[in-house]
Formats: sequence, structure tokens, C-alpha cells
Amino acid sequence: MWKNLPLFPEQASSIAGQVDGLYFFLVAVSAFFTLLIFGLVFVFAVKYRHAVHLRAEQIEGSLPLELTWTLIPLGISMIFFAWGALIYFQQARPPRGAMEVYAVGKQWMWKFEHETGQREIDTLHVPVNRDVKMIMSSQDTIHSFYVPAFRIKADVLPGRFTSTWFHATKTGTYHLFCAEYCGTQHSGMIGEVIVMEPAAYQAWLANGGATGTMAANGQQLFTQLGCATCHRFDTQGRGPNLVGVFGKPVQLDDGRTVMADENYIRESILSPQAKIVAGFKPIMPTFQGQLTEESLGALVSYVKSLSQPQQKAAGGAPEPAATNQSN
Amino acid sequence: MATAVQTVERENYLNAGYGLKSWLLTVDHKRIAILYLISITAMFFVGGFFAMLIRLELLTPAGDLVSSDTYNKLFTMHGITMVFFFLIPSVPAVLGNFVIPLMVGAKDLAFPRLNLLSWYLYMIGATFALVSMISGGIDTGWTFYTPFSTTYSHTNVVGTALGIFIVGFSSIFTGLNFIVTIHRMRAPGLTWTRLPLFCWSNYAASLIMVLGTPVIAITLLLVALERLFHIGVFNPALGGDPLLFQHLFWFYSHPAVYIMILPGMGVISEIVTCFSRKRVFGYEFVALASIAIAVLGFLVWAHHMFVAGISVYAALVFSLLSYLVAIPSAVKVFNWTATLYKGSIRYNTPMLYAFGFIGLFTVGGLTGVFLASLAIDVHVTDTYFVVAHFHYVMVGGMVMAYMAGLHFWWPKITGRMYPEGWAKLSALLVFVGFNLTFFPQFVLGYMGMPRRYHAYPPEFQVLNVLSTAGASVLAVGYVLPMIYFVWSLRYGKLAGPNPWNAVGLEWMTPSPPPTHNFDETPVVTWEAYDYEHQPEEEVAVGH
Amino acid sequence: MDQQRETSTFGMWLFLVTEIMFFGGLFCAYLIYRATYYEAFVAGSQTMNIWLGATNTAVLICSSLTMALGVRCAQIDRKKMMIILLLITMLFGLAFLGIKAIEYHEHWTNHQFPGPNFQFEGAEAAGINPQNIQIYFSLYWAMTGLHALHMVIGVGLVLWIVIAGARGRYSPDYYAPVENVGLYWHFVDLVWIYLFPLLYLISKKHGG
Repeated sequence: MWKNLPLFPEQASSIAGQVDGLYFFLVAVSAFFTLLIFGLVFVFAVKYRHAVHLRAEQIEGSLPLELTWTLIPLGISMIFFAWGALIYFQQARPPRGAMEVYAVGKQWMWKFEHETGQREIDTLHVPVNRDVKMIMSSQDTIHSFYVPAFRIKADVLPGRFTSTWFHATKTGTYHLFCAEYCGTQHSGMIGEVIVMEPAAYQAWLANGGATGTMAANGQQLFTQLGCATCHRFDTQGRGPNLVGVFGKPVQLDDGRTVMADENYIRESILSPQAKIVAGFKPIMPTFQGQLTEESLGALVSYVKSLSQPQQKAAGGAPEPAATNQSN
Repeated sequence: MATAVQTVERENYLNAGYGLKSWLLTVDHKRIAILYLISITAMFFVGGFFAMLIRLELLTPAGDLVSSDTYNKLFTMHGITMVFFFLIPSVPAVLGNFVIPLMVGAKDLAFPRLNLLSWYLYMIGATFALVSMISGGIDTGWTFYTPFSTTYSHTNVVGTALGIFIVGFSSIFTGLNFIVTIHRMRAPGLTWTRLPLFCWSNYAASLIMVLGTPVIAITLLLVALERLFHIGVFNPALGGDPLLFQHLFWFYSHPAVYIMILPGMGVISEIVTCFSRKRVFGYEFVALASIAIAVLGFLVWAHHMFVAGISVYAALVFSLLSYLVAIPSAVKVFNWTATLYKGSIRYNTPMLYAFGFIGLFTVGGLTGVFLASLAIDVHVTDTYFVVAHFHYVMVGGMVMAYMAGLHFWWPKITGRMYPEGWAKLSALLVFVGFNLTFFPQFVLGYMGMPRRYHAYPPEFQVLNVLSTAGASVLAVGYVLPMIYFVWSLRYGKLAGPNPWNAVGLEWMTPSPPPTHNFDETPVVTWEAYDYEHQPEEEVAVGH
Repeated sequence: MDQQRETSTFGMWLFLVTEIMFFGGLFCAYLIYRATYYEAFVAGSQTMNIWLGATNTAVLICSSLTMALGVRCAQIDRKKMMIILLLITMLFGLAFLGIKAIEYHEHWTNHQFPGPNFQFEGAEAAGINPQNIQIYFSLYWAMTGLHALHMVIGVGLVLWIVIAGARGRYSPDYYAPVENVGLYWHFVDLVWIYLFPLLYLISKKHGG
């Protein structure tokens, strides 16, 4: 709209247009009801003012009217609800095959790590027209990852992974804000999301000094910390074989079945007693206090890689950690 | 203008005893209401002072007026002061305390000494909070999210939390008093269906006060224990869940907003009927809507947490319920509007504030509907859109209702009329200033400006400047009544028992009332808002 | 007078409802964490002295009996008996607090208080995150501490009633304060009856 007084941010993601559409519908309905009420109040106040309408007419009420103005707003509300929920379902479910970026929020900066190992601070480079899933955790307080141009926001929590996803549709540079108050420099915890053409993105990936893919780093940790001792790649281990585990249901010893997602892996490392896989003894020690958020992300990335025959081409990076199928 | 100073001759609750002790040890609900009036007005201006500094800082994109830490303390203290020490007590503790016993035909509330205790708890809580604010401040946001408030903040969290804990009990005891009074002390003939809607609304709000406030008390206590003794159930390093804090916090703090607005709605019902000379349209529906709001209000708390990490299914449930809670409020707005139809409408100041309320509460309530929508909330939560929404319902709604009620019952409380011309001007300034301050913030929020930001990207400046300009007008609109109300105490025209020719037991005693309220317990034989049988008289428009 | 008594009792019931909401937050936190960290809660619970806890439970139940009998005495104008029963109630209350103090002392010297000095041997070896056991203890200290505070207040209230009763303030026409203090006392007793099994009796055999 007007350049100097815009009313909404750029629509730079697949969901932005839909959110704006719902928003404008709500604006229209609200404007209608606001004008209706303002108008009625004004008209009644003038038409029935004491000077011209000396005596009030006592009207008890009207059941039909009450029902009407209860049921119509209820109906309209349900439309709002359903429409918003449908868009929300899309927002809440990252599509399969999305490119993954790990984010660690800390007072007062964003640390990003691409699966290919690229690290960035406060700036996030992503390719256009690609599904991108953010897997995020915080090193300290609650933060929130907010990109107005994409119309997405998700809190970033300590002690847990949260995620959000987007599909950027326009190249350009967009604001990234922290949207959950986190202390002194909360308003300084801002950055940029730079959406690039695929070729430019490849070039950028190639230029950055990667220190190995996340999954490769994860594999190193897996060995260093002794995980490989119990989590062997055969059925002889004291711990479950982790090949093919990620993304599938896991049967626990108390009969429950849970999905092996990022938070399940995280919890298994930090509070292993919380869920015991059926058929195994509760003997895994905890690694609470021994791992940074980045290390946890790397380990999660590694375990994920054990479920993928090949890494998706997140920019033509070399194969991640080789998975030892034999001992 | 007033010429000779007129004085009230006969004995009333104001001159029934002089000296500090007669006020500080009073058990008269009317005197306690005055004590509250003075205290919460003081806290309102404290909170307003913080607001002024915030808006001044936000004139420029850079954080150049105060430091970041100071700014964070400013918005925190503004929120805490306004929510806990102004909005929640305002109508109940001032107007409710004064008017409810009169409205039900009683001598006093059910537990007069408990009422005085409530005021002392308010003062003690306010003292804790103010001392904490002055001696270092608090910067956690009024929402105290963990682990920032338990682990990372270096400010007076414990002192402030304690202050809020204590004032919470003030609220609980007031609510308890109102519930028992309304149940047990109504005059003969005053059935539930003849009760003024002001009583219904305060009753509903009192239910929430009694049931909800203890939850925030325990939540803040746990925060204090974690800071003091490391007893940490919210600490992620121990496997604690910061989301548990949010659930417990919002379980109270959402119903709290209904504690704030319901009594205001009650005021509007009284005023719209009096100044239309009509029974309210759909009395039973308005009464039941108050109860529905109270009940449904307890079921929607997690709509503050849609992006916090709750599950998709939880989000769906809370979104649906949030739409439901909007309906009774809408019903009330329609009923008030319909009450105006074929009324005989006068434009006295209370009625002007009531008009403003109906319009602004509608806008505020509708924008709540935006926030209930999951897809939109993801974009606008934690932005200025939310800030604008709650200021519309709280300031455009609640504070206007409070001002309306103050003007409406001022003659009853003081025996004096306020100056009508100045009052109308103030109402206009408030309306204009308010909209100019907060409407731009809807746009700012959708544009993406997050809340609690000390500095912001330059493209948000124009709207911020507009907002600050509006705030200066709004400030004038609030200062003027301070001045003319005080002026009226000595120079205002004497008001008789019923300057508005209103229906209601409170208008059947002298202004100001005697300490014991009624010489004889009234017997009620008429329906609520029986304007049909009220003889016509000139409604006072005194200067 | 009847209306006044009913009114004040109504007020006390309402106040007790607020107390339920107050403790409710803690119980809510307890239930959530117990479900999430069951093994840690079992481990923590095993450090509780079941005999002391059971004794305390019996003490409180008896105190509620003497309290109720005391209220009855007020109703039927048996002033001396009322005073005696209320004094016994107070003694029971103090006994409870004494036993609790012994338990607290033991937990304290065993480093079972959350914070930097917390220690719990054998946790890591059993694969239990000791941090999660701290959550159990956080709730233990907070819930029993809050309950103990209410007991102290209760003892104070009973003392007040004893003194006023000794001065002849209560009669079959006016005994509402006695009844209301009784209600409060029973409530605090009831809270303990929930706390005891939840904190002391978490069994390892639960849930397979």
C-alpha cells in the first residue's frame, strides 16, 4: 500500500497470503459490527434524546432477538475458528523432506546451524521455494523465533526442542525478531532471514567454512561419550540399535507407544529413566549437564541420519556420517 | 459558577467522626471505599507515570531516553501497578464497596472488619511492591515468565511477588464479602431477579476473585521459593517445565481480565438504564451473561500460549472455547444498545462515558476474536496487536466504566455535583486521546513490531509518534477529573438524594448517606429499573 | 443470631474453597511431574519415614476428633469440657509440628534439600537423573511446608478460641467462631490426608 505507512508486512511465505486473507475477512466483519454498533448507538442517542422523546417506552426484551444475536455471532465465530484452524494445521505440520536448520537462542543472539555444518549468527540464509524446518532450543530463558514476513512465530524453550517451518516464496531480506521477552537486550536480539535463489544459496554454502556436517559431529560425540558401547548396530547391545529408530513409533516397557521425535531423543539422553524401551533394562546413565545445546542438536542430527538411506541434498553437501551396518 | 460555599448540615458518614483514627479504624464500608479511592488513584498515577516514560522513549527508534534495563523495568512496573493495584480493585473496592450494601438495602457488608482488613492488605501489598520498584525495580514483565524470573533476572522479584501475593488476599476477601452479602443480606422483597445488574456483575466477578486468585498466589509463591531457596519446579535444569508456570499463571490471569471488566459492565448497565429512563433490554440475559463469562472465562487460559509449545490439539480446544467466551459479551453489547431504543436519552457525563465504553469495548472485544484465531494469533501474539487489544478492553472499556461510575455515584458519595462542562470535556479528551494512542498499535502489531521492545526498526516510527501524541491528550483527560473532583468537594453544587432521578435503593437515602445507610430497612416491591413508575423530574445538570 | 452464624459459616466455607484452589496449584504440579518422572519420585519417596508420617496422620485425625467434640461442647454449653478438648487439639497440633521438625531435620542433614548442596547417592547409577529427584523434594518441602504453616496458624486460632472461651465468650447462642475454627482445622487435616499417600507411599510396584 502506501510506502510510508504500510499496513502489513511483505508476503514472503506460502502461508502469508492465507493468513492475510483471513485477517482481512476478520477486519471486514469487525468493521461491519463496529459500524453497526457505533451507528445504532449514535442514531438512538440522537433520535431518542430527551428533548424530542420525552417518555421512554419500556420494552422487556425479546427472546427471538436474543436468540438471533446469540446464534449469528456464534455461527460467524465458528467460521472464524474453522478457517483459522485449517491454516494453523498447515503451520503446525512441517512437510516431509523439509530442509532442517537448527537454532539455538541465547541471551541475546541467535545461533543457527545448517545440517551441512554451516554456522551463522543472527542471520539465516535459506533458499527460496524450499520447505525449511527450524528445530530450536534455548540455552537460557524462553525466546521466540518470529519472522513477520513469513507470518510464523514459535517460542524457543530451554530443556526442549520446538519447531516451526516455512516455505519462502520471495527472495529478499526480512526481519527476524525475538518475540518473547528475555531480558536486557531483548529488543536487540534481532536479525535477518536472507532468502536466496537456489544457485546463490549453493554458492553461499560452498563459501562458508563448515566444520563438518552436524551429523558427522554428532557421530564423533556418539563415540566420544561412549554411546556406541551400548547402542551397537546389531542386536547384542545393552541399548537399542538406533538405526531406523527416528521418526517411527517406539514400544515402551510399560505398554505405551511413543513417537521417536527430536524431543524423545533429547529426553533419552538427559532423562533416560523417563521412558524405557520394551525389552531393555533401565541402565542408561544420564548426560544432564554434560552437553551444550549445539551438541544435543548434533546428536539428534546424527540419530536422524541413521534413519535415512541418504541425506537429502541440502545443497549438495557430501554424505553425512556413514552408518556402520556391520559391527 | 458556585458563589457561596455550601455545606451539608446533617449527620452523615463523612462527618460522623473526625480524625485519623476514625478513618483508619473504620468498619463503615463507605469510608473504606474512600480509603480505597485515594489509594488506587495514587497507584493509577504511579502506573501512568511509567506509561508516560514508555511512550516518550518510543518516540524514537533508538533506545535513547533510558537504558534497556530501565525500560524493561518501566513496562513491567506499569503492568503490575495497573493490573494488580488499579484495575482489579477499582470498581469493586471503590464503587462496589460503597454502593452494594446500599443497593441491597443493608447496613453494611457481611463482614465489615474483613473489609477493613482487605484495605490494609492492599496497602501492605502496595507498599511491598512500591518499595521493590523504588529500590531496584523489577524487569520480568508483569507475566513473570520462568526461567527468566526465577533464574536470570537480577531485580526485586521476590519483593514484588510478595506484594502481589498480599494484595491478592485483599481481592479474595473482598470477593468473599460480596458473595456472602449478596446471598444473605438482601432487603425483604429483593429477590435475585430484582437485583440491579451491578450486583450481578460484581457477584460474578467475586466468584472469579475467590476461585482464581489463590492460584496466582501459589504460583508467585513458588517463584519466590525458587529464587530464595532453589526449590525449583519451574527450573528446566532440574527437568522442571517453564510451561507449567505459564499454565498456572494464566489459569488465574485470564479470568482476572474478567474480574476487571465484569464490574465495569455492571456500571454500564446502571448508567444506560438511568439515562435512557428504561428497564434494561433482556435483564435475564444480561444477568446470565455475567455468570457465563465468569464460568467460560476459566476455560480459555491457554489462548495466551498458542505459540508457547502446547500441542496442536490443545490449541484447537482453547481456540474454540475462546470464541465461546466472546458470545456473552457480545450479547451484553447488543442488549445495552437495544436499551437505548425508544428510550429518553440524556447526555450527562456518565452516559457519555457509557457510550464510549460500548463503542470501544466492541472494538477491543472484536480484536480479541482476531487473537482467538490460531492462524492470526501465531503472527500477532507478542506484538503490539495484543497490546492494543488489551488496552482497548481495559482502558477504553474498564477505565471508562470506572470513570462513568465515579461520576454517576459522586453525588451519592460526596453530596456534591461535579462540574458538568469540564466533565464532558474530559470525557471527550479521553475518547479522542485513547483512540489516537492505541489504534495505531493494531497496525504496528500486524506489521510485526514485537512488544516489550526498547528500540525498534525505523519503519515503525511514524505510528509510534502518533501513539505518543495520543497519550499526551489522554493524560490531560485523566488529570482534569482529579482537579475538578477535588474542587467539587468544596465548591460543587449540593446534590440531593437522587440528582439523576434514578431507580435503586441507593438513591433512596440522603447524599451523603448516614453511617447506618437506612433509617429503616427498606422493603422492595418493585422490579429492577422500574423507570415506568418513576415520577418525572428534572435530572440534575448542575455546574 | 442464627442468620449471623450461618452467614459467618458461609464465609468460612468460601474461604476454604479458596484454600483448595491455593493448594490445588501445588497438587497440579505434583501430578504432572509425578507422571513425567515416576522413577525419580519413587526414589525420593523411599527416603520418607513411613512410620513418622503415619503417626502424624493418626495424630491429626485424633485432633480433628477432639476439635469436633470441642465444637459440640460449645453447642451444648459445656464450657470446661470444651476448653479441655481444644487444649488437647492444640497439643496434637504441636505434636504434629514436632514430628515434622524431626523429619525435616533428617532430610536436611541428608542433603535432601534442593539447591547447590543437594545430594542423592545412587541416583546416577540407577540411571535416574538426580535433578528430577530435586523436583520431588521441591514439591515435598513446598507442600508440607505450606501445610505446616497452616498448622501453625491453626494452632494459633485454637489458642485464641481457648482464651476467649475461658473468658466465657461462647454460648449455645454464639459459638460461630468455634465452629469456623473447627472447619479450618478439619480442612488442614484433610490436606494432610492427601499429602501423606502422595508423598510417602509412592510404591515401586505401581504400573508394572
